[in-house]
Amino acid sequence: MARNTISTLLTQRQLIDAYFMEQRTRVLDIAAFLDRLDRAAAADAEDDFRYVAFRQTLRELLSDEPGRVERVQMILSDRTTEPLPELDRKAAYGASIRNPVGNNGQETH
Amino acid sequence: MNYVDIHAHMISRSTDDYDRMALAGCVAVTEPAFWAGYDRRSADVFADYFDHLTDFEPKRAAQYGIDHYTWLCLNPKEGENRELARQVLEIIPEFLDRPNVLGIGEIGLNRVTRNELATFKDHVDLAVANDQLIHIHTPHLEDKYKGTKVIVDTLAADSRVTPSRVMVDHAEEHTVGMILDNGFWTGLTLYPVTKTSPGRAVDMIERYGTERICVASACDWGPSDPLAVPRFIMEMRRRGHADDLIRTVVYDNPIAFLGQSPKFRQPRGSAATAALV
Ligand SMILES: [Zn+2]
Repeated sequence: MARNTISTLLTQRQLIDAYFMEQRTRVLDIAAFLDRLDRAAAADAEDDFRYVAFRQTLRELLSDEPGRVERVQMILSDRTTEPLPELDRKAAYGASIRNPVGNNGQETH
Repeated sequence: MNYVDIHAHMISRSTDDYDRMALAGCVAVTEPAFWAGYDRRSADVFADYFDHLTDFEPKRAAQYGIDHYTWLCLNPKEGENRELARQVLEIIPEFLDRPNVLGIGEIGLNRVTRNELATFKDHVDLAVANDQLIHIHTPHLEDKYKGTKVIVDTLAADSRVTPSRVMVDHAEEHTVGMILDNGFWTGLTLYPVTKTSPGRAVDMIERYGTERICVASACDWGPSDPLAVPRFIMEMRRRGHADDLIRTVVYDNPIAFLGQSPKFRQPRGSAATAALV
């Protein structure tokens, strides 16, 4: 379907001038979180589905292709298609425990 | 700038929030029926809730010059309980004639189970039978993609449903395209952590345009911000967008969607009410 997109009005320079500081603090927080996991009292969740998905999303950030946010969303999504036979729990985790191993939902690098 | 918040659970907010929203330009809110944080035990509790949404809440909003509308349903988080759903569906018609009821909502899916889907379809039947607008909740986080796809596929296959009378809410980057491509309205929910930031909402407006897109706070009892729409307005300005374009998203669009209900009145400050003066 044709979309009436709206131009992004700011230049790269203007976007960086306006938003660099807040993105800088975000990337430092992620780096600190990864270091904290290394120092953790026990290395008991290296294969936790959330941690696995999180590391995949970080690789996606280095991609040169536009559409990073959609690809990160899909890494963090349940990509199965059938409704569950019954309710297992009420709340979502933020990453899917059910995705087939090795299926990232898209081609990666 | 005047705005309409199409998704606000004011039952969970204080009167001070109405005050601050009015000061920030809010002229109307719509409040979908939702989950109380616990599962309710009987349809009687829902009757009390619907009474609150159609009586107490519009009076409280009116003190601040805000028009209050509502949507009724048993929400997706309780949709697994088919017997409760049957009982609640039975009492909803008693409330549909109340002056601030715009339709059925927020219905949809939570964890995308077979029972939730059956309850969702029952609500769609009720909406169609009573010629009501529909407001849809799509699931959170990892369940959003799957749940949105099931909802969109289900409605697209139902010839009784007119997509332009349905708002499929809580869209994000990986779901907004499929919702718009099927002719539905959509909403971007401005939530601090679990949904969309103002910056990402502006990105989606830039990439998908303003047609059939609204933004909302979805403020409730969780971490959320009743002033999220004004923050979106500020972010649009920071990104260089003109006030005319911003007004399309926060004011004209919600009025165009909601105005399909004969019960929706043009809010204060709109072109239609200005012409009456
Ligand atoms: Zn809601």
